[in-house]
Amino acid sequence: MIAPAQIDHTLVYQRPESFTDANTHYCPGCTHGVAHRLVAEVIDEMGIREKTIGVAPVGCSVFAYKYFNMDFVEAAHGRAPAMATGIKRVLPQNTVYTYQGDGDLASIGMAEIMHAAARGENITVIFINNAIYGMTGGQMAPTTLAGMKTTSSPLGRDVELSGFPIRMSEMLATMDGAGYIARGSLHDAKHIRKAKKAIRIAFETQERGLGFSMVELLSSCPTNWKLTPNEALDFIAENMVPVFPLGEYKVNPEIAALKI
Amino acid sequence: MSKQLLKGNEAFAEAAIRAGCEGFYGYPITPSTEFLEYMAKRMPELGRAFVQAESEVAAINMVYGAACTGKRVMTASSSPGISLMMEGISYIAGTEVPAVIVNVMRGGPGLGNIAPAQGDYYQMVKGGGHGDYFPIVLAPASVQEAIDIIGVAFDLADKYRAVVHIIVDGNMGQMMEPAEIPPMRELPKEPPKWAVTGAKGRKPNFLSSIYIDPVEQEITNLRLLKRWLEIEKNEVRFVESDMEDAEIAVIGFGTSGRVASSAVRSAREEGIKVGLLRPVTLAPFPKKRLEEISKRVRRILVVEMNSGMMLDDVYAVVQGRVPVEFYGRMGGITPLPDEILGEIRRVATNKIPVNGDARQQWISRLEKIIPGGKA
Repeated sequence: MIAPAQIDHTLVYQRPESFTDANTHYCPGCTHGVAHRLVAEVIDEMGIREKTIGVAPVGCSVFAYKYFNMDFVEAAHGRAPAMATGIKRVLPQNTVYTYQGDGDLASIGMAEIMHAAARGENITVIFINNAIYGMTGGQMAPTTLAGMKTTSSPLGRDVELSGFPIRMSEMLATMDGAGYIARGSLHDAKHIRKAKKAIRIAFETQERGLGFSMVELLSSCPTNWKLTPNEALDFIAENMVPVFPLGEYKVNPEIAALKI
Repeated sequence: MSKQLLKGNEAFAEAAIRAGCEGFYGYPITPSTEFLEYMAKRMPELGRAFVQAESEVAAINMVYGAACTGKRVMTASSSPGISLMMEGISYIAGTEVPAVIVNVMRGGPGLGNIAPAQGDYYQMVKGGGHGDYFPIVLAPASVQEAIDIIGVAFDLADKYRAVVHIIVDGNMGQMMEPAEIPPMRELPKEPPKWAVTGAKGRKPNFLSSIYIDPVEQEITNLRLLKRWLEIEKNEVRFVESDMEDAEIAVIGFGTSGRVASSAVRSAREEGIKVGLLRPVTLAPFPKKRLEEISKRVRRILVVEMNSGMMLDDVYAVVQGRVPVEFYGRMGGITPLPDEILGEIRRVATNKIPVNGDARQQWISRLEKIIPGGKA
């Protein structure tokens, strides 16, 4: 008999504690799963799961509460920043974050997000920008690119008729109440790593009481873009990044000095 | 503590604080604004939460979030602002978290005016937001009664994990009356088990009004309905006077009920056998008591500051047992005691059975007293 070789088992990858083991409902190739995982990893790494309260939106991530292993509430469409404000003001020691899509945040919830930032609410917002309404089947979003075909802009978004895509990070960075505003992308491994760092900084901003923080993440929607998952990732790099430039738009000096 | 001369809105706000309100989220609107102004000063003094929101929509969603933490939280607004809050109120009811909402009603519909009215009866009493839910609706008739009922409202909201509306009109928000505010209650040390507070050493709590499976939604609605039937059984409140030997029952709530009580006193002095029923809970409506009364009086006169909304609830209980008449003023006009006294006299002397719709007959009487009233 041959003795089995001694293998040194080192755990290098596992489900974060902040993640449940539920199967997600997201379509193949959708980057919501990646964004969820990054948030869960950051919360684990910071050791704040037991004091974190998440606010789920209306849209594709309406079921986010099923996937995050922490206290959660479910907001009305667009109202997550108001709900988060309500929670944070009575529980200032807790960590409160919202997870919102572009229709939720930049269309129906425009007033709530702008004023939460203006007030410098100590909350963190994870903003998924995939330029489309996913849950309702691919309608034009406030971030839909000019010329982009959707079910409600079937000939392509005509800016003469339905306006231009909105750049939320740039606008929110003008708010004195914002401590950290950054836009990242989830189209390749390099950018995913950068996005995770931005998410970490955003939560650190909240932990330090430095005001409103948001990370916008350019994301794919292969189903409604009618592209394969790989094509959809290329679409982000080629078409979305030029309209929504990546980078940090507002960094509180105290957080800039932080080594992460 | 002795009685002080207190302004309605400010007294209600202080009473809410004394009842343990830890978060107020609001938006300025006449005639409820002093409520917000008072909270803006007083809540930070006590280290409690106050936010002037960007809109009533945001304000009610802040209330929603804060209510999910199990703390006593509230908002106050006036009619158009309450309309904007209705979506959020439905979510709060569907999530089964407690919240207290004060509506200092004004004249409507639309922008209307800032004068006192009761035209939000249907909206407040019948729900107002979408879906199957039942708010508790309290209608005090004086500054003191409103002060006392705010504590009751928070207790009911907590007990039934329900939305509790307190509806007053601009008269009560704006007027000053001698009243006494109760002492400060102690804040609870522990949050309720269902609250979101961070899942420390326990399984995560999730609070939402989402039930994707219609069966789950039906089960939820059934739970809400059963809870409502429990509320109907336990929480009916009303004030009654001179009803023992009454042949005429006057029914009014809030300010109209209060004005009616003056008219009833005057009518009694004239020897008219008239009594007053003033529902304090419009929901649950004092159905049983009204049914008893309707079995022994000769006439019922409903008095409101709207086009006859509670009148429909009275009809539903009385079921034609006895003639029901109506007198209302609308659009921000408060009836004078003499107007109602005149109505009581008319009803007392009218031996002819009432034919047709009480509203229809009231319109023809009203048109005669409004300058240029023939519409």
